[in-house]
Order: sequence, then C-alpha cells, then structure tokens
Amino acid sequence: MQFPKKDILDMASLSAEEIMLILNTAENMKEISERPIKKVPTLRGKTVILLFYEPSTRTRLSFDIAAKRLSADSLSISAGTSSVVKGETLIDTAKNLEAMNPDMIVIRHSSAGVPHMLAGRVKASIINAGDGMHAHPSQALLDMLTVRQNKKTLEGLKIAIIGDISHSRVARSNINGFTKMGSSVVLAGPPTMIPMGIETMGATVTYSVDEAISDADVIMMLRIQKERLKSFSFSTEREYAITYGLSADRMKQAKPDVLIMHPGPLNRGVEISPEVADGPFSIILDQVTNGVAVRMALFYLLSGGVKNADDN
Amino acid sequence: MLTIIKGGRVIDPGNLNSIMDIHISGGKIIKVIETGNNDESADRIINAAGKIVTPGLIDMHVHLREPGHEYKETIASGALAAVHGGITAICCMPNTNPVNDNRQITEFIIKKSKAASAARVYPVAAISHGLEGKVLNEYGDLKQAGAVALSDDGMPVTDSQLMRRAMEYAKGFGLLIISHCEDPDLVADGVMNEGAVATRMGLAGIPNAAESVMVKRDIALCELTGSPLHIAHVSTKESVAAIREAKKNGIPVTAETAPHYFILTENAVGQYDTFAKMNPPLRSEEDRKSICEGLSDGTIDVIATDHAPHSILEKDIEFDMAANGIIGLETSLSLSLQLVDDDILSMEGLVEKMSKNPARILGFENGIQADLPADITIIDPDTEYVIDVTDFRSKSVNTPFNGMDVKGKAVLTIVGGKIVFDGLE
Repeated sequence: MQFPKKDILDMASLSAEEIMLILNTAENMKEISERPIKKVPTLRGKTVILLFYEPSTRTRLSFDIAAKRLSADSLSISAGTSSVVKGETLIDTAKNLEAMNPDMIVIRHSSAGVPHMLAGRVKASIINAGDGMHAHPSQALLDMLTVRQNKKTLEGLKIAIIGDISHSRVARSNINGFTKMGSSVVLAGPPTMIPMGIETMGATVTYSVDEAISDADVIMMLRIQKERLKSFSFSTEREYAITYGLSADRMKQAKPDVLIMHPGPLNRGVEISPEVADGPFSIILDQVTNGVAVRMALFYLLSGGVKNADDN
Repeated sequence: MLTIIKGGRVIDPGNLNSIMDIHISGGKIIKVIETGNNDESADRIINAAGKIVTPGLIDMHVHLREPGHEYKETIASGALAAVHGGITAICCMPNTNPVNDNRQITEFIIKKSKAASAARVYPVAAISHGLEGKVLNEYGDLKQAGAVALSDDGMPVTDSQLMRRAMEYAKGFGLLIISHCEDPDLVADGVMNEGAVATRMGLAGIPNAAESVMVKRDIALCELTGSPLHIAHVSTKESVAAIREAKKNGIPVTAETAPHYFILTENAVGQYDTFAKMNPPLRSEEDRKSICEGLSDGTIDVIATDHAPHSILEKDIEFDMAANGIIGLETSLSLSLQLVDDDILSMEGLVEKMSKNPARILGFENGIQADLPADITIIDPDTEYVIDVTDFRSKSVNTPFNGMDVKGKAVLTIVGGKIVFDGLE
C-alpha cells in the first residue's frame, strides 16, 4: 500500500488502514535505532525543516533524530531566532521556506489550524508537531504503538485519559486515534477542564478518577499547568493532586496489568506521584523511544516509501 | 427635472402595496399615483415593471475605516458599496482611529460622505471617551454636529453604572444608545462559538452567555432608566428570548441581527476559515433558528450588516489571531431575500426590517409618499446570480458568501432624487 497522503495534519483525517501502515512501518524502523551504526541512507538528499513556534525539547529532538537516522538533512528554526521576531507573517515565512525547496516541514505552533493553512500553500509535506489545542498526531501514533507493543492489539481496550482535556491536543488526537482502532476512551478531570461537546468525538466523560481507572487497560495522565490557575480551572495544586492525581494508593483499584502513560513533561507530585511515574506499570520512557520510530515512519512514508511492514 | 419610476410594485409597509408610478423632482417625491399614461414631460422614465420599489434601505450598523484604516475602507468606498447593494443610508460606528468621540470627527465623516455623493452616512458617536468605558462624551455637541446615536460598538461597556448614566444622559438629548452586548471576561480567549465544533478544532470557545448576560443587564438598565435602547448584532437564542420578554413587558428595547446569523452556523468555520470569524461568533443551528423566529415574530426589528472590512493583513493569518468581522453591504439584500423565499418574512416584513424599522428607531423620515426625500431602492426579486467579490465596490473582500448562489438583488438606487447606482440594462 502506497501512503496516499501529502501531509499529516491530525488523527481525524487518517483512516484506520493508514494508521496501521504507519504503526507497522514504525515497528520496522525501531530496529535501526538499536544498531551500533544508527543510520540508513533511505532519505539521503531529502530536506526536512523543523519549524517550531513553541518551545519543545522532546518532540523537536525526536523529529530531528528521526530525520538524521534516515540520512535526511534536517534544519531547525525556532520562533525566537527566525524573522518572526521581525514581524514577518506566517505565510511569508512559509513562502520563503518553500522557495528553498524543502521536502518536508514539521511545524509546531500555538495557533490551531496553522498546519492546515500551510498545507494548502506549500508543495512540501507538512507534519503537524502540535497546533494549539487541536492536534498532535505523531504523539497519538507513538502512544498507540506503545500500547500495541504491550497489549498486542488496539481493539477492545479501555483508555482512560485524565487531566486538563480542554487544553490538550494530545487528548484530542488520542481520542480520535484509539476510537478509530476499536478501543473506547473515557475522560476524567474537573468539569472546568472538560470542554463542551467532547463526547461528540466518541469519548465518555466522568468527573471521578476512580471510576475512570477502575477497569482501564491504559491510564494516560496529562500535565497540569500552573498558568491555568489564572483561568480559574482549579484551586490549588494540592487539591488537584488529592482529587485528580494518580497516587500509589489510587493505583490499588487499577487492573493488575494496567499501563501508565504520560506525554511529558511530568509534573511529579501534581498529576502523577513519583512512585507511579517510576513504578512497574509505567511505560513513559518507552513512549519516548517509540517517538523516534514513529517519526521515522512518517518521514519515510511521506517521502513515497511503499515498503509495508508485512512484507518483511 | 422630472423622473418617473413607472409600473413597479411599490411596497411601503403600512402605506402602499400596489403597482404605482412615482414622480420625483427636486430631490423629493412629488406624487405617487396609479400607473397609466401619465408621462407628462418626464425627463427620465425608469421602467420598473416586474420590479419591487421600496423606500431606501437603511443599514444601521456599518464600520467605515476612515479615519485611520483607509486601506480597508474609506467613507467614499463604503458609501458606494452601500448603494451598490441597494442601501441608501448607513450608520457608521465610532471605532475609527481616532475614535469618533468628538465634534471634529463627526463633522469630518459628514463632510467626506457628502463629497462621495452615494449613500447618506450618519455617524454613530462613542458612548465613552476613546471607547474606554470611563468618561462620558459631550452628547449635546455630538448631536449638534450630526451624530444620530451613541455606541461603544466593538468594546462592551462593562461598567454598569456608566451604562446607566449614559442611557439617562443620552435621553436628555434624544439620542439612542446602541449596545454591543458582550461580557469580555466570559469571552476570555474565545475565538469562535463554544461547543462541539470548537472543541474538535481545538479553538477556545465563546459561550452564548457572554452575550446574553449583557443583553439581560442592559434590559434591566433600560427598564430602570426608561431610555430607549437598541441591541446590536443579536446572535443567540437566549438573547432573543430575553428581548421578547422585555418587549412583552413594555420595556423600550429594539434589536437587530445580521444576515450571517440567520444563514450560517459555526460549521462555516470549516477548515479554519477566517472569513467566518466575527464577533459575536457564528452560533449553533438552534441559535440560527431562534434568530429566524425572532425576525418572524417581531422580536428582532432590524436587519443590519455589521459590515466590517478587513484586508488580508488581518485575515490571511492564524485563525486565533485574525481580526473579527465580515463585509455585508453588497450581500445583505440578496441574502435577506432568502427569508422571503423561506416564508420567514413577507416581502413587506423584509422592507420593515431593512428600511422602515431602522428609520423609525433612528427617527428618520422615510417612505414612498409626496414631500419625502426621494430615497428609493428598486429590487429585481427574481434574478439569480452568484455572489462575486470582484464585482464589489467595497475595498475589502472578507466575506464567507463569495461564490454563493442567491436570488434577487438591487437594480437601481436613488438617494435624494439622484440615481447613484444603476444596474438596469
């Protein structure tokens, strides 16, 4: 199967078959990162621009490593060092990058819809590395890959996502991704952090963390940002930790084979206690490892790669 | 010089609805008589057979961008766009730069509009100095200079005491207050209607309550002061219900909506289309239906456009950073005629919403009868066409209606007896 898309903009626009192809391709890519010489010539001569308008350590590094392991030339631009500070518009920046003929542009931006806007304007493939509160498809894909490695399937699982759903592009992309593959998603958090109409995306909502985790196969905790205090989303970190945080004590009600995930960066002691983050159920660092493989798969497939994992 | 508009269906609600000839001379209507061979010594005969002839349409909510942002719209280009859309008079909001909060700006607008010799332009002056919601302006001076109403449109008056005093003080000068009802704290970072669509798109939402809490406050102040109040751009079902109730209780409140609120819903935002971004935002289907009901039962008195020109500098950017507003002067009539097709309004009802009611609310003379100024719109109700921004007189093109199939349009516009737009073949 040839990958039919020019861009990776969000999970909503990927079919179940496309998701499977990406995950299978990523599975194949993993092995490259385990070699002593972690580089293959597959994308030699391809240019990848990493255009980050928002701070990022993990995601940017992950994309950068993924590009380099496939021998693509990757260049990183952040808003602080680009002409954005001189007042250039997004479209002008995009046109200028386009004039240098990159093959792929990875973009992160604080405004939802920016990757869509660029996708319609440039010939290069656009990969959304997070746009506002909208989507973060490579994160959802790496989360799904990590779950599949542990559970051997993505069907019939119950995924609990807990925390600030309102502001989370990770939650939105995972709701789309996991429900598309046949799992169910339950969301929990304070009502101030559950956005209106989220159930129309196919998830169920509860305000009780205990209820959400009781028969969950996967518990995904989201980062709580102190800035949300200004919008009256919660009272104190103390009360949040007690009411909505994942503690060792609360874990006693979880299934014995539950998986604990977190997109990072962690706020230890707020949404997740250190014992749980470092405990036996945690696959948080596997997520990071898989991130590189998933991003290698995206670069490969968008560059016209046709090799399906099943062929090996 | 005698002009005769011959054989059209003259619709002037409460006065006329029949095939008549209108004689115009010296800028005025001199007589309205049964059609026939009465050409006398006419200098020009306008054949209006098959057309609808109405008192000039009035758009009481328009943003012209002069002074300050002439690249978006000037007073002249806005006045020309108006007559191209069949509108003979517009009220322009004070959020220019500098703000129209003083006699000089008001007089400047009137002077410029006279030179344009297109639609009549009536300035709406600011309620508070600089639209800052802190100090009242000199309403007497502004009225003398030619301001017809007061509004801090675009900037809600959050201080309830200032709003109360503004309404009372304005009453002393016989000036109407037009309220932009919005609670900015509830809007917060919102950029489109709050609900499932915004949630899926990852955009911060604006709840209906951000509008309706202020509508309810202003109705309470209207009841307290007894000063007439006009509520701008109503977009939610809760606002419609509150206004309906207030009218039932005899509170002197009137209201307007705009075509986009009875035609479009939040779904028009589609793939982050900034031409579907305005304030208040496009709402849900339920709200859209309530707006139609409010128009139909008389709760909403007026169709205005909230014509808000912006260039690509403000619109071809990130959705959440893009400016609010769409243009409307050249699409308003065609879009509103859909209400007649859909049996929400009769043709007479439409003429009330777009001409008679705004005139009544603002205290203007307007109608098809002898001795009144000859401000007349001739409408072809049957022409089907595709809305095309390249045909617009406005300097801006920010409309989500480009490319839409519509039926009916203005074919001739007369202001003060002078033909200012002639689209008759």
